[in-house]
Formats: sequence, structure tokens, C-alpha cells
Amino acid sequence: MPLIKAKEPFIFKTQLSLVETTGLKARDLTELSHYLKEVPEASIYYHTHHFLQQHQYLTPEPPNDIAYWVTNVLQEDEIGERLAAMDTVRFNSLGALRDAIVSAIDSYLAKDTQLRKAPPGEEFYFMKCILFTLPTQYKATDLKEFCECLKHVSIHCLYNHIFEGRLRPPLGVNDFSNWLKTSLSEDELAKKIDKLDPYTQTMEGLRKRIIHFIEKQLEDAKPC
Amino acid sequence: MLKINDYEPIVGPQVLEELRLLAGQLSKKRVLHVNSTAVGGGVAEILSRMVPLLNELGVETRWDVIKGGEDFYAVTKKIHNALHGHKQTFEAKDYDVFLEVQEKNLKEMSLDEDIVFIHDPQPVGLVKRKHSLQNKWLWRCHVDVSTPDTNVWHFLRTFVEQYDKSVFSAPIFSQVLSIPQALICPSIDPLSEKNREMPQEEIDVILARLSIPTDKPLVTQVSRFDRLKDPLGVIKAFEQAQKYVEARLLLVGGTADDDPEGAQVLAEVKEAAGKNPDIIILLLPPTSHIEINAIQRASTVILQKSLREGFGLTITEALWKGKPVIAGAVGGIPLQITHKYSGILTHSIEGTSYWLKQLLQEPAFGKKLGENGREHVRQNFLLTRHLREYLLLFLSLYHKGDVVNL
Repeated sequence: MPLIKAKEPFIFKTQLSLVETTGLKARDLTELSHYLKEVPEASIYYHTHHFLQQHQYLTPEPPNDIAYWVTNVLQEDEIGERLAAMDTVRFNSLGALRDAIVSAIDSYLAKDTQLRKAPPGEEFYFMKCILFTLPTQYKATDLKEFCECLKHVSIHCLYNHIFEGRLRPPLGVNDFSNWLKTSLSEDELAKKIDKLDPYTQTMEGLRKRIIHFIEKQLEDAKPC
Repeated sequence: MLKINDYEPIVGPQVLEELRLLAGQLSKKRVLHVNSTAVGGGVAEILSRMVPLLNELGVETRWDVIKGGEDFYAVTKKIHNALHGHKQTFEAKDYDVFLEVQEKNLKEMSLDEDIVFIHDPQPVGLVKRKHSLQNKWLWRCHVDVSTPDTNVWHFLRTFVEQYDKSVFSAPIFSQVLSIPQALICPSIDPLSEKNREMPQEEIDVILARLSIPTDKPLVTQVSRFDRLKDPLGVIKAFEQAQKYVEARLLLVGGTADDDPEGAQVLAEVKEAAGKNPDIIILLLPPTSHIEINAIQRASTVILQKSLREGFGLTITEALWKGKPVIAGAVGGIPLQITHKYSGILTHSIEGTSYWLKQLLQEPAFGKKLGENGREHVRQNFLLTRHLREYLLLFLSLYHKGDVVNL
């Protein structure tokens, strides 16, 4: 059976970021909650996602920056654990993610616990990033080409389509699943990729799994 | 001269592809770097490598150096120390000397490139030309300004806030400024003499030449003899661990000519080491790159027990060599090491001693930390990442907002 050709090719785009400091820093949970409410979404994004790119070789990778700081610097294990276990993949917008983090911290603070302060120099520094997206040389019009490109694109490119894609309309769906479903009618494959939790595996692990799914699909589609 | 393709075996083709993509967006821009010295010091070292690579990538880049006399450099040295938080006495004529040199250089330099990238405080006043040229100006602060002398910082800030953007090396250095502050960490060059791969035979020859015995595991700290690097704390931590494990401590460093306290600290270190046969103090000149490379590679554990640190290049160097590192959890070091993932962060002499024992007795754990540390450096602290961020920084001058589609 010939492979379905898409009307519009999938253009692999990479995403690179430049980090900026906001000049804001928190010394304890109250200040953390206060600034989390007012920093730009680009800062929430940075602190909940940059570990994924910077530590993509680690399994298990450390959780988000906020959980890491609360656990390791403030030594607030209970709230640290709750923040680490926050199901980032569930949130379709940074606003919703911000609300959930702030709400978890505020409910913990409402318990009237003794506040611990970070030692000087170990405060939580709020940063944000400017995201640059640019097209690469890789493009695909069918499943085979798509699979081949996936083997060669950078980690940043993979990251862009899997993580960033979920935050763009249609919300909550990564770019790969969206294209496979709408352009190649590969509904089952799209669903399988969408079901992967990208936050709990390395980027290379994720790449291998997606390639494995597609290769299996290509194999099954071959005439006997 | 190194070429960009020389880095491909280390970082992979995709990293270079992305550099070329970014550079392609800047192909019509001309960049000028300005600092105060063509040789010596970290800024000149990084520029000497960056400038040819930027040109090879197609971004026309030039590097110029300001001219100043002895008086000027005496003032800028005082400014440097004051930014580090050391109390200095300034007279009105000091500021006059500083401003006169800015004016003199303004008359001699064209500064008409699309992007003018000024490094450190010495040439900061050249920004006066920005208004007439209407080009883009960047100021990079390579200095630790976490607790600067307020008067000196206020004097510099009047210039800094005229720039389009500033760049700092660690979040702890960031200041309250009216202009954006990018965070770009320093990097190491994996192909430099200090970091290149080295065969075991070469390491053995160098260690023999330096009379460093290798019969016991080496625990090494490479740093200036400076109180902020806590060499006395290192000796105490080592001696606590020494009760239970066999090892040798190697304190490698030098004293800077402009640091009168260095000799005093060195004397205290020698006294503290006393007659302990397992503590070696090694003084090396600042050009001992190959020697440092060999020593780091021959070590079992690397320490960097700093009490204050913006960014520890020796940590990055050691991690790149796959070594487990125990470092003080201060300043920018937590950006370099994630505790128990890619190294160990400690807060005390006791903690350093505890983890030193662990790493000497559990080499498999140390090996895993070292492997993770090396990958962390590969992804985040090599020259190619630094190049990518400079290109992004340049692009950010021409695009507004937090999301840029090119």
C-alpha cells in the first residue's frame, strides 16, 4: 500500500532560548509565592521546563526548579515533594500551571508552619527566557520521511514540537500527533505518541520511543 | 586555528547546524567587540577563540582594544576591586582619569558596527557614541558584582543603563537595572590545552615531572590561595576524612601579583598542612594549562570548597574530565552542579569530609556523578553553547517579546 502523502509537509522547527534574569529573588516560601504570582509567564515556563533541556541525559531527571529549590535549599520536604510530583503534562497553559503551583504553596503556608529562610547566596533567582523558533532543513510529506527526519533533528527541535507544541493551539496536543492525525490520518499512531509522558523520560529516550512506534507502523503497513 | 567543524566530534552535527541557522539570520550584521587587553585574562582568551569562529559562521566580527595609561589601569583596578566588594578609596581625580580615557578612545575609534559589544567596566563609557550612531550596544560584565561598592556601582550604572542590554555570568550577579539583563554563563573550550583529551602516558610523564606520587587516590583543589576558596577548610575536611580513607590532598594554585593577601594565605596553608606527608602544595604559574589538565585527569575527586563564587571554571573543567566534584553550594555553583545528580554540593567542612569519604569508598557512585557531570558540561558549558547564546543575544536586539518566530 503506498504511503499517504500530506498536502502540506511537516517542517521541523527548532527552538533555542536566551535566558534573562528578572532581578527578583525569593528567600522563603512566602516570597516565592508572592513573586510567582507576578512574574511573567516566560518565567514560569523557564522554571518548570529548563531542567528538561539542561538535564536531558538524566533519568530520573530532577523535577522543576521550584521543587528542587524548596527541597534542597529550604529543606521543606513535604511541599517539595508535592511540587516535584506536580503533573506538568496535565496543564494546557502556563497560567493554569502557575495557579496550581501557587495554590500548593499557599495551602502549605496556611498550615502556619515555621518558615525556613534560604542562606545568603542560595536564594531563588527568578529568570525568564526569550524563545526563538526557526525552521530547519528537515521536512517530511509521508511517514517514512517523517521517521528519517526524526533520527536527525536536534534535541531542541524535538523539544519544540513535543513540549512547546502542547502549549500552542490546538492546546494540549503535541505537533507530531496533530500532523500525523490531520495530514496522514494516522489516528492510532497520533494517540500513542500523545499518551507518552514527556516529562518523565529523557529526550533521547522519547525520540527512540516515537521512532519505534513509527517503524512498527511502517512495518505493519507493508504488504505481506 | 581551530575551525567550527573541529567541534563536531564532541557536540554532534546538530549543534553546529543550529549555529549555522542562527548565524544565517545575522549575515548582514557587523559586530565589534571591545575590551581592555588583547592578551591575558579570561575575556581575551574567550574572544581570541570566539571572533574567528563568528567570522567563519558568516557574522562579520572585529575585536578592538581601548588604550589607556598606567593611571587609567590603576583606577580600573580599584574599580574592579570595589565591584568585588573590597573597600577602596576614590578621589575625584580618579573619576577624571577614567572619563578622559573614554573621551580619548572615543576620538580614535569608529564604533560604527551594527552591534558594539563592550566587555567589562574599562570601556563602558564608549556608549556615549550610541546616541549619534543609532546602533545596538551590549555591555557584558565578567566581574562578580554580587555585593559591589555602592558608590562605584552607581557611577558605572549611569553608563550601563544607556546600553540596549546587559549580560551577566550568574543570577547572583544580576542588579536592579532599567535595561534587560541576559544570563550567559562562561564556557570552556574542549579543544584547548587545559581541556583536550590526554593519553595516560602523557599524564604520567607530567605527574612525574611535577613529583606528584600516584600511589594513593588524589583529592585535588585547583584555585588561587585566596580565603574565599577556603583552602584551610579543605585541609580540615581532608584530615577528617583521612582518619578513615587513604588519599593524598593536592592543593594546586598560585598567587596573583595584584593580590597581596595571597602570600599571607599561602603561608597559613603551609602552616596548616604542617608535616602531613599526604598534603602536597603545588605552586604553578598561570600558563600551566597542560599541567592542570594532567592533574585533574589523574585525580579521583576534585574539590572546590569556595565560600563565594560566581562561576567556577575549574568545576566545569573537572566535570568535563568526568571527575566527581564536591563544591560549595554558593553563588553560581548550583547552576553547574545538581546535588547528587552531577556532583556534590556542601555547606560545611564536615559535609565536605563526609562526601569525600563516600566518594573515595564508593567509586561507582563517583563515576556516575562524573559521567552525568560531563554530559551536563557537554550540553551547557562548552564554547559552542556560548557561541549560540551570543548569536541569540545579537538576534534579541532586533526582536521584541518573549517569543520570536524567525
